[in-house]
Amino acid sequence: MNPKQTDRRRFLKNGAALAGLAVGASASALPAAAEPALEKVDELHLYGERSHYVTAVRNGSINNPERRLKDEPVAFGLRTPLQDSVGMITPSSLHFTISHGFEPPDIDPKEHHLLIHGMVDRPLIFSVDEIKRLPFVTRFHFVECHGNSSPRGPGGDARIAANATPQETHGFTSCSQWTGVLLSTLLKEAGVQKTATWIIAEGADEPKHSKSIPIGKAWDDALVAYGQNGEPVRPEQGFPLRLIVPGWQGINNVKWLRRIDLVDEPYMAMMETSRYPSMRLDGKSRWFEFELGPKSVITRPAGGYKMPGPGFHEITGLAWSGAGAVKRVEVSTDGGRTWKDAQLHDPIARKAHTRFSSPWTWDGKETILLSRCTDDQGTVQPTIAQVAKLWNADIDFLLKTQQVVGDFNAIQPWKVNADGSVQNALV
Amino acid sequence: MRLSKLFGGAIFLLAANVALAQTPSYSNVGRTPTKEEIQAWDISIGPDGKGLPAGQGTAKDGAPIFAAKCAVCHGAQGEGGKIGPRVVGGIADTETLTTLKPVRTVGGYWPYATSVYDFIHRAMPRDQSGTLTPNEVYALTAFILFKSGIIQEGDVLDQKTLPKVKMPNRNGFVPARFEDIPDEHKRGCTQGICP
Repeated sequence: MNPKQTDRRRFLKNGAALAGLAVGASASALPAAAEPALEKVDELHLYGERSHYVTAVRNGSINNPERRLKDEPVAFGLRTPLQDSVGMITPSSLHFTISHGFEPPDIDPKEHHLLIHGMVDRPLIFSVDEIKRLPFVTRFHFVECHGNSSPRGPGGDARIAANATPQETHGFTSCSQWTGVLLSTLLKEAGVQKTATWIIAEGADEPKHSKSIPIGKAWDDALVAYGQNGEPVRPEQGFPLRLIVPGWQGINNVKWLRRIDLVDEPYMAMMETSRYPSMRLDGKSRWFEFELGPKSVITRPAGGYKMPGPGFHEITGLAWSGAGAVKRVEVSTDGGRTWKDAQLHDPIARKAHTRFSSPWTWDGKETILLSRCTDDQGTVQPTIAQVAKLWNADIDFLLKTQQVVGDFNAIQPWKVNADGSVQNALV
Repeated sequence: MRLSKLFGGAIFLLAANVALAQTPSYSNVGRTPTKEEIQAWDISIGPDGKGLPAGQGTAKDGAPIFAAKCAVCHGAQGEGGKIGPRVVGGIADTETLTTLKPVRTVGGYWPYATSVYDFIHRAMPRDQSGTLTPNEVYALTAFILFKSGIIQEGDVLDQKTLPKVKMPNRNGFVPARFEDIPDEHKRGCTQGICP
């Protein structure tokens, strides 16, 4: 707290005390001792908390050096507890995060700027307040790690354990209502030259993450977000500015955005050349895969849940696609022999999680629950056998390889046992 | 009715895009950065060496810098430690890429030597990024490439020579041509999986 603020607070406090005395003197109202207690209660209510009976939290770890030095297990990030989710928004405090081993920077928004330069007619530098003066959009979009739901992803083997919950299988995706300025608005101000075919987006974090993005996406629907779910973007999500690249692999959504460089080729930054390409069986790597396919997961009843007994149970889950809106979700309660259309719940937004539900009366017998998503491009979520075919591999390879199977969007099976326990059946 | 409305909107948007593309619309929002500001912020290095600063270094110069500033995390010989990954590795790692446990080291996997300079400069050493001089970054890049069997101990890396270093896995990526990269649909990618 700076001295000015301290003085002001002291002044206000003294002023209030004086006012209280004055009131007491003239009208003998409340005793003066009640004042501090009231003040304390007010402070407790200034920022709301959830009920202490509600305990859903993220899990995983942030791969920090302290843990590594102590030989503690490290994973690559923190997963969203999808099994406890309702609706299609992820609370900002439960949004997944992958930090690549670094803590989020502590950025004073007054000191933060966004530079747009390179192949432009007018290089520009914006303060955060200036960005907020421009026309904005508010849109629902998911952010998903390309390794989410991969047999071996950022969370290691946890995903293919029989006792995995939706958090372990699919927790590296989250959905927010983002508010910000379309990148195209900023690019028009700068006047992009015809020779520019790519942008390099760069963060202000310790390793200054940078990512090459084709310019078509920058003109299409990328946005520079300062708002998330009705408040400023959280520090671990990129405060004060984050690039949102709807429907594309999470690594493109550069946090703590500080610079956009207009260039004429991909710049081959560390993440895009060494970490995120996916390996073919012949050893060649596919690089610069962007759009995430249609995916869905039943979040209840799902792994880790215990059916209270035979009888009615509404099935619910989330579906999404990087190509557009979810058009249809089908649910099977008999291991895929029959499928039934699920109800989609508003809002159904492009490149956003969509909540679905389907009524079910369990007969108490062992069975397999499945969900399958179709997006507005007509693309249907594949089976694991179909994914294997795209990889030119067999299912065994997908399950056994120690690398991340990028963009893995196979149908997730949950096995309901006769005793009511529910297990991950993709093992 | 609905369709024609949609199309009308699309045409209007296209026209607006073309007309407004080069014209600023909002007065007094944002300012022109100075050349010095751009220079200070612009740390991107292109695969052809665009953006590389003046300076030079050899593996011999890099050895004591590595020992002082990198070995604590990455191991004395770059073999990796508890905190930092292995940074030394060559053709033997490239041969693991067809197995169930592919190893992606700088020497065995990274396609461009310029990315090594770019990453060391922007991100290393941990918690002190941006403190290395161009000479130190060239020297550290040379040290890692020499230890990986890619260049000689006395080879001088600078603006001209670094982009010419041939990385063993340079041809290990598809699509090979940059101009084929941007449009996934033209590339025949399905469900985000490309051929």
